Amino acid sequence: MNITRLFDRSEWLGFAAIAAILLILFPSVIDIFRLNLVGKYLTYAFVAVGLVLCWGHGGILSLGQGIFFGLGGYCMAMFLKLEASTPENTSIQSTPGIPDFMDWNQLTELPWWWEPFNSLAFTIVAIIVVPSILAFIIGQAMFQRRVGGVYFAIITQAIAAILTILIVGQQGYTGGINGITDLRTLLGWDIRTDSAKYILYFVNVILLLGVVMIAQFVKVSKFGRLLVAMRDKEDRVRFSGYNVSDFKVFIFCLAAAFSAIGGAMFTLQVGFMSPSFVGIVPSIEMVIFAAVGGRLSLFGAVIGALLVNFAKTTFSETFPELWLFAMGGLFIAVVMAFPNGLAGIYSTYVKPLIARILPNEQKAANAAQATKVPTKALAE
Amino acid sequence: MIGDYTYVEFSSILAMQGFAGLSLFSVFVLMALGLAIIFGQMGVINMAHGEFMILGAYVTYFCSLFFQEYLPSLFGIYFFIAMILAFFVSGALGVVVEWLMIRHLYKRPLDTLLATWGLSLILQQFYRSVFGAREVGVTLPDWLLGSISLTDIIDVPINGLFVMAITLTITLGVAFIMYKSTWGKQIRAVVQNRTMAGAVGINTKMVDRMTYGLGCGIAGVAGSAFTMIGSTGPTAGQLYIVDTFLVVVFGGAASLLGTIASAFTISQAQSTMEFFMSGSTAKVLTLLTVVGILMLRPQGLFTLKIRR
Amino acid sequence: MSAAFALNKGPEASQQDFLLSVEDLTVSFDGFKAVDSLSFYVEENEIRVIIGPNGAGKTTVLDLICGRTQSTKGSIKFRGKELTALKEHQIVHSGVGRKFQNPSIYEDLTVFENLELSFPRGRNVVGALLFKRDHEVISRVEEVAEMIFLKDLLQTEAAILSHGQKQWLEIGMLLIQSPELLMLDEPVAGMSVSERIKTAELLNKIIKDHSVIVIEHDMKFVKDIAHRVTVLHQGKVLSEGSMEHVQNDPKVVEVYLGH
Repeated sequence: MNITRLFDRSEWLGFAAIAAILLILFPSVIDIFRLNLVGKYLTYAFVAVGLVLCWGHGGILSLGQGIFFGLGGYCMAMFLKLEASTPENTSIQSTPGIPDFMDWNQLTELPWWWEPFNSLAFTIVAIIVVPSILAFIIGQAMFQRRVGGVYFAIITQAIAAILTILIVGQQGYTGGINGITDLRTLLGWDIRTDSAKYILYFVNVILLLGVVMIAQFVKVSKFGRLLVAMRDKEDRVRFSGYNVSDFKVFIFCLAAAFSAIGGAMFTLQVGFMSPSFVGIVPSIEMVIFAAVGGRLSLFGAVIGALLVNFAKTTFSETFPELWLFAMGGLFIAVVMAFPNGLAGIYSTYVKPLIARILPNEQKAANAAQATKVPTKALAE
Repeated sequence: MIGDYTYVEFSSILAMQGFAGLSLFSVFVLMALGLAIIFGQMGVINMAHGEFMILGAYVTYFCSLFFQEYLPSLFGIYFFIAMILAFFVSGALGVVVEWLMIRHLYKRPLDTLLATWGLSLILQQFYRSVFGAREVGVTLPDWLLGSISLTDIIDVPINGLFVMAITLTITLGVAFIMYKSTWGKQIRAVVQNRTMAGAVGINTKMVDRMTYGLGCGIAGVAGSAFTMIGSTGPTAGQLYIVDTFLVVVFGGAASLLGTIASAFTISQAQSTMEFFMSGSTAKVLTLLTVVGILMLRPQGLFTLKIRR
Repeated sequence: MSAAFALNKGPEASQQDFLLSVEDLTVSFDGFKAVDSLSFYVEENEIRVIIGPNGAGKTTVLDLICGRTQSTKGSIKFRGKELTALKEHQIVHSGVGRKFQNPSIYEDLTVFENLELSFPRGRNVVGALLFKRDHEVISRVEEVAEMIFLKDLLQTEAAILSHGQKQWLEIGMLLIQSPELLMLDEPVAGMSVSERIKTAELLNKIIKDHSVIVIEHDMKFVKDIAHRVTVLHQGKVLSEGSMEHVQNDPKVVEVYLGH
């Protein structure tokens, strides 16, 4: 497909605006501490973008995206942890050369499944492949048997719960409740320095923009229209000759892979990974990021992830008591009053306003309308 | 000899684990009954169910304080009054929530899930702000303390037996309401064909509201019973919500009998395995098995083959 | 009407002669047999109308043929190929198209997109991602839209079509699949008189190069189009033959008017 046809005119503007804000505005006005926070929030946008495709367009609500975010993050953390646990660094341990938490839990050698994570190439592949395989298994089992809707939501939530209990319970292998901490270098490059944080921020933003482009490609292809069709009339799609479950499995895997990239970038920027980003609560919060931005809008997902996390940090710093009230209220308000989130508010209220102020835009809007109005009039 | 135990010891331990499983079973059943009504009959996902339960627990706690302070002579029976109060307080909150929120979302089941999750966050913070963050426990009347010795090794705590008796009573009550009373018939009629139920003169909106209220009220009673065996904190409800949903789905959402059978299976499996391995491994294995079975048999254990 | 007397050949004749042969088909829902040892045969280019009182199992028969419901026993052969073991989309690929009783279209998409999604190309994941709206697709969509009277409404959101237009759109979505056998469940239900006339006209155009199974209650409409009629009652064939034959069959009269 021709790259220029990926976005229409207003979408190009939106994409350019987001790219400019993230790549130019934020780095030039925000100090590195806050910029690092923004980078952390943006890792959730990867998840939200996946949810827009999966849930907003496809109607598949996964309450287990934390699973994939976490798996991606843990893969990255395992590599970084092994690099940080050289025999020299860990000489005070009873078994030098293994991660500290293993030593504390009386492990005397590295478990076999940790070994491959000594290789960065393997780790990068694993970040994408491990969560995708899990998503494939879950999706194949559920969608083949036509499980969807609330059942799918509950089962994915249960799997998120299982994974958390497993990680917390298997301390010696996973670092337990504290997670994998004290990560220092990536191939000898210290990721804790300010300059590293700058670079990681830019890598993160560019990856995110790439993910948004991939998502947009899916959205405007026939696949995207099929997703909407499946959400609406699954049986009709089936009887038009499509194997519905294949499509659902694919989009679920894609969303999982997006989340995993987000998780890996989280680990790199924040410097640790723990089960508190895997379980039920973070998973459902990720859904609200997509919902606040607008469940149908890819740009909305990015903005939603930023705004909700920004609000969360601000609230929890100043009024920790109020945060849960605000968060709960947000869930209810977004569902009851603004089901299309900020993107919905934008296209209902702001867009017409812009069209009125900018005559240039108005012409374009009129032109767009012109193709639609007569046909609608005929139908009535 | 099995390991370090004699056969007598071993079978006694199994019996005790089985009994511990029965307590867990009671909690599951009590919570799942309310959920099964709301989810199975109305298709609404009530993520705030745990918080309705905790509300019942707090009501019971305050009742126990009140009786201790003002009516010590009646302290022995405060629990029954607390349970009735818990039912009405949680039920009333349920009715209000249905009116404000749920009734607008019947056609969007996934959205009820998110909205009720929001409600659960608000309720949790409300409990924390008003009742405090620390866990509270009720004082049990004397006759509920102690245990009965069956053999010289097996001791059965009385409060556990009492909770089981309550569970049995409530289950029978719910079964009676759903399958014998006019109200239950109306609920089932609305589930099967809303338009037709409306056409024969059933006030479907009122039935919805009352059904939701009933489900929440039962959650309140569950919370009340829960105080007998555990302490109450603002977030205690959330610990059980996923397990309970699995119980309901595993049992086949619309089947009361299925709910009970699945609660029994899951609780027994978990408590028996807990003896052989660590608690978290037992839980992981139990949940994994349930999820695995649900993937192979998504309709749950009990279900009817129906014409679509 | 070319009422070929396929019955004379009987079931023992080679199945290859028939486009569709349903034999001993049974489905039971918890002991209730909605379709009970049903056998019937449809020939190439035949228009078969299935009628019967409510609950006779008409829709269930279509559900069984298109794979929406799994049969308990029996066989369904389409051009000699067994359908009972296939999945819905595979049955579609073998050339069977199905229209539902209530118009089943994608309300959030335009008429054009509705038809485009049914165009038989790019039906797997990769194909759908790389699908191009080329000249062939556009001209085929326009051709079908013309046939179903929706040519001027291609850019309209399907949700705002009238009930009759939605029925047509769904028929169009079948046509664009170019199936060999079309199954229509009450295509004129809920239509106005003028819409019915246009639909009959549309069906008469379609049947020139398709075989069709129609479920319909409207007897006048049935008379207009049917080559042969199968009357179902309690999951079994009560009577089969030309419209006149069926109408004069005392068993049919008994079921419809008796009791």
